[in-house]
Amino acid sequence: MSFTAHPGLPEFDYIKPQSLTEASQFLAAHAGEARPLMGGTDIFVRMRDGLWKDKYLVDVKGLPGMGEIHFDPSMGLTLGAAVNMNRVIHSPEIQENYPLLAEAARTCASYQLRTRATLVGNLCNASPAGDTIGACLLLDGMLSIHSLDGQRQEPLRSFFLGPGRSKLQPGDIITAIQFPLLPEGLQGHYIKHGRNKLSDLAIVGVTATGCPDDGLPSGFRIQLALASVAPIPLVIDQVEAFLSENTINKETISEAALIAMQACNPIDDVRGSARYRKLMVRNLSKKALTVVWEKLGS
Amino acid sequence: MAFHKISATINGELEEIMVPSNMTLLQMLRESLALTGTKNGCAAGECGACTVLLNGEPVNSCMVLAVECEGAEIITVEGLLQDEQLDPVQEAIIQSGGVQCGFCTPGVLISSRALLNRNPNPSEEEIREALVGNLCRCTGYTRIIDGVQKAARINAVVQAR
Repeated sequence: MSFTAHPGLPEFDYIKPQSLTEASQFLAAHAGEARPLMGGTDIFVRMRDGLWKDKYLVDVKGLPGMGEIHFDPSMGLTLGAAVNMNRVIHSPEIQENYPLLAEAARTCASYQLRTRATLVGNLCNASPAGDTIGACLLLDGMLSIHSLDGQRQEPLRSFFLGPGRSKLQPGDIITAIQFPLLPEGLQGHYIKHGRNKLSDLAIVGVTATGCPDDGLPSGFRIQLALASVAPIPLVIDQVEAFLSENTINKETISEAALIAMQACNPIDDVRGSARYRKLMVRNLSKKALTVVWEKLGS
Repeated sequence: MAFHKISATINGELEEIMVPSNMTLLQMLRESLALTGTKNGCAAGECGACTVLLNGEPVNSCMVLAVECEGAEIITVEGLLQDEQLDPVQEAIIQSGGVQCGFCTPGVLISSRALLNRNPNPSEEEIREALVGNLCRCTGYTRIIDGVQKAARINAVVQAR
C-alpha cells in the first residue's frame, strides 16, 4: 500500500527526542542527513522540491523551554526557539517593549503559516530575505545554542556566513534568542517591499532604528539593516557612522540612503533586478530613516 | 520508513491512526479519514485551500506532519456543521455569493471562523489581512469579505439572544 500521494513528501524518518542532549547527539551522529524540525515551513517546501534530501527530521519544538516568551525588566527578552510568529505578534510583552519585532513578524507570509513558522527557524535558515532578521540584528539578538559540548552563546551579528549558511555545526540546536533591554527612547520601523502588500517574500526589506545618544556629535544613534540585497542580511555600519557625525536633517537622511544603496550588493532574480533593488534600497532607506527620525520627535 | 500510531480528536471524534513519517496532515485527512472537504492546492503553504484548525489555530495542513498531531484537536470544514446547522460563516458566505468554483471555500471558511473566534467584529482591513493566505481566482474577494462581515453580524445577533 502506498501512502504517498502527489505531491507527497519524500521518505524520511520522524524522530522525537526526549532531551536536548539526545537531540544534539542524534543530529551530530547523522551529520548531513538529519535536520532539526521547528515549524517546517521552509523544510517541507525544499524537501518537496528535491532540494533537501534529509533522512531524518528531528522534532525539537516540544523540548523544555523552547516555547517560552519571557520578559525580565532588568535583563531583557528571551524568546524560545519554538515560539511561532503569531505569538510574537500578539504577545503584550513584545508589543510593549519590542514593538519592532511584532511589526516585522506581522509582514511574514499568511496567518496560517505564521501559526507554524518560528522566528528562530527563520534565522537558522539564514535566508538573506528574512523579514524579522533586520529587527533581530539591530536589537542585538544573542542566540543560545545547545551543542554536543553544552550550551553556548553566539551574537546574531556574526552568525550568518552566506545564503543558507550560518555558524551552526552538526549537533547544534538554537534553543532561544535573547534581546537586551533597549536603550531609552529607541524607535524602529520596518518596510517590506514585496510583489503585493502582504505575505510575499521581500524584494527589499529595510529596518531602521534610532535612539538619543548624548555621546555622539549628532545626538542620535541611528542604525539601518537591509534584507534581500546581499548574500547575508546586512547592517550598514557606514549609515550609522555618517548619521552619528552629521546633524540629522532631510539632506543628511538622503545622503545616508545613498550610502546604503552603495553598500549593498544585490543580484538579479525572479523577484527583481539588481538595479531595481538598489534604487528601492535608496528610496525605502530614506523613507524608513525619516519615519524613525519623526518618531524620535525631531 | 517508520510508522507511528497517533491519536487525535478530529471534528470531535477521537481517532487512532497509523501514519508514516512523511504523511502530511492533509494526506491523513483526505486519504486515511476520507475527509475530502479539505483541498490539496499548491502543497507549498501558499494557497490556503488545505487550511484546518489545529488546536484552535488555522494551519496549512500540507505543511504539518500527521505524526506531529499526536494528542491534537483538529477541525476541518466538515466539522463546522453543528447539529445539522451551518456555521454562520458558511451561511453568510453562501448568501453573499462568496462561492463560485468552490475550491478555495473550505480554507476560506476555516480562516474566517478562526478570525471571528479571535476578533468577533473585524474591520475590512482585518478580514483582508486574515485571508491573505487564502487565494481565490473566481470571486475577486469582495463577496467573500462581504460574507465575513455578514457572519460577524449574525454572530452578534445570535449572542445577543
